[in-house]
Amino acid sequence: MKRDAPIAVLPPPVSARPRKPLFTPGRLGIYVFLFTAALFFLVPLYVMLVTSVKPMDEIRLGNIFALPAAPTLAPWHSAWQAACTGLECEGIRGGFVNSVKITVPSVLLSIALGAVNGYALSFWRPRGANLLFAVLMVGAFIPGQVMLYPLVRALAAVELYSSLPGIVIVHLIFGMPMMTLLFRNYYAALPRELFMAARIDGGGFWRIFFELMLPMSLPVIVVAAIMQVTNIWNDFLLGLVFAGSDNLPMTVQLNNIINTTTGERQYNVNMAATLLTSLVPLALYFISGRWFVRGIANGAVKG
Amino acid sequence: MAATALGAYVLTLLWTARVSLSSSRIFPNGDFVGLGQYERLFRNARWLLSLENLAIYGALFIAACLVVGFLLAVFIDQQVSGEGVLRTVFLYPYAMSFVATGLVWQWMLNPELGIQQVARRLGLAHFAFDWIVRQDMVLYTIVIATVWQASGLVMALLLSGLRGIDGELWKAARIDGIPKWRVYVSIVLPMLWPSVSTALILLFVMVVKLFDAVVAMTQGGPGTASEVPAKFIMDYLFGRANVGLASAASIVLLLTVLGIVAPLYYARGRALQRGRE
Repeated sequence: MKRDAPIAVLPPPVSARPRKPLFTPGRLGIYVFLFTAALFFLVPLYVMLVTSVKPMDEIRLGNIFALPAAPTLAPWHSAWQAACTGLECEGIRGGFVNSVKITVPSVLLSIALGAVNGYALSFWRPRGANLLFAVLMVGAFIPGQVMLYPLVRALAAVELYSSLPGIVIVHLIFGMPMMTLLFRNYYAALPRELFMAARIDGGGFWRIFFELMLPMSLPVIVVAAIMQVTNIWNDFLLGLVFAGSDNLPMTVQLNNIINTTTGERQYNVNMAATLLTSLVPLALYFISGRWFVRGIANGAVKG
Repeated sequence: MAATALGAYVLTLLWTARVSLSSSRIFPNGDFVGLGQYERLFRNARWLLSLENLAIYGALFIAACLVVGFLLAVFIDQQVSGEGVLRTVFLYPYAMSFVATGLVWQWMLNPELGIQQVARRLGLAHFAFDWIVRQDMVLYTIVIATVWQASGLVMALLLSGLRGIDGELWKAARIDGIPKWRVYVSIVLPMLWPSVSTALILLFVMVVKLFDAVVAMTQGGPGTASEVPAKFIMDYLFGRANVGLASAASIVLLLTVLGIVAPLYYARGRALQRGRE
């Protein structure tokens, strides 16, 4: 991707700049600060990992920071296929499948809609485009609670409440402002002459979109995909309200595993389940790195 | 096509506004009771507590995220080695869900098995870190967990802002003999306003939405000590079947958001515009 592309956020890597000598008292202070901060950020991940491979008696007697004396993968096994997520005790794997079934169509459709909307808003400028845009801005900031109940009633009226298509539609509605803004801003930075030339060559709305705009949109599509996968995979509120008991996403099941347990809490199983739930967004983050940062920075609704 | 989809926002908003003016309980009804629900809402102790909690939480959360994020960004910007690794470490919590992070912190803050117990085993017999079960302190545990999750985001935004500042500035400051920290506080920080305001908007939206982390960490407890508006609305919508009151509460929330975000957004737009000229 080009440096001056409209969605570039991070500057050149440090390696491109001259490096300073390592050891002066001031430099040492900087490293001590950063090292301490890094520890603080890593401790919860460490605790999760070690707890998830300890047997329960070790957890009861030991301390949460100690390494496991007798590491075991049994908690992971149990979290995946035996832990109780409410009335059923089949682990979190069903939630994983549900999360995939919710996330994939929601991400694909919201990107497609966002791209078409952004394209129409920046090049075709339909009548009322400014009004649409203002509504979008409100849509981006509106607290979800304002829309929850009317959406429940509307989906119930068309018999989609508590169904897979229902929860996908809700994700589309909630993702639309951000996706449209993202694509609109990207297209607004492209030269308008390009569009004009295509018009003169006789391209119509869809032809220009598919043959010209879409191929040029790859960078913004990647950013949009990262944003939406993370948002939708991590969603809790919408899944809780709209998915229905057959389609509960992993986050909701995870919360059920932990907060509905009676008797002794299986902390090791809980932590394994938490890690399993976080696996997809964490993997996405570690693999996509810099793109992820661009994604969230663009999520900030660029002006 | 876009228009119909966007209509969803306007229609749901109008619908909620209308219901907030009715006496709806389980099912919405069409009668008109004026601002009755709003009066009841502001006489409801639980709602007032949740507003107070949100104000305290919001102020602490936003301030802490900005301070931590700014410090991290400034220190990372000192051309340190291992920058990539550090950035990754500071930002990874943001990739996780609030439910997951809430659960981890709940576990570490658990007085019987968590940090308090570790310290006592190490010989600090009276060490107490039982905030999560104390009504007067529980809110701060939610601040800790969510700051841990979100400050990396501020770091990333401010770092990209810092990298956008002209290197000449630093040369000029060095020639004038101005201490580095002075340059950061008096010159760089004001120049970072577009990045800071972006972070502010994002953090503010997170504050208003605060729900997942509370449910995962405390379920609003102990008692109602960590009640927040988003959870209040959910409880009255689905648990206590009082749609009218919940709608009034969500309209209040919406007005608060618009009242704070709109001016911020406007100011930020002006700043960005100036930056481009």
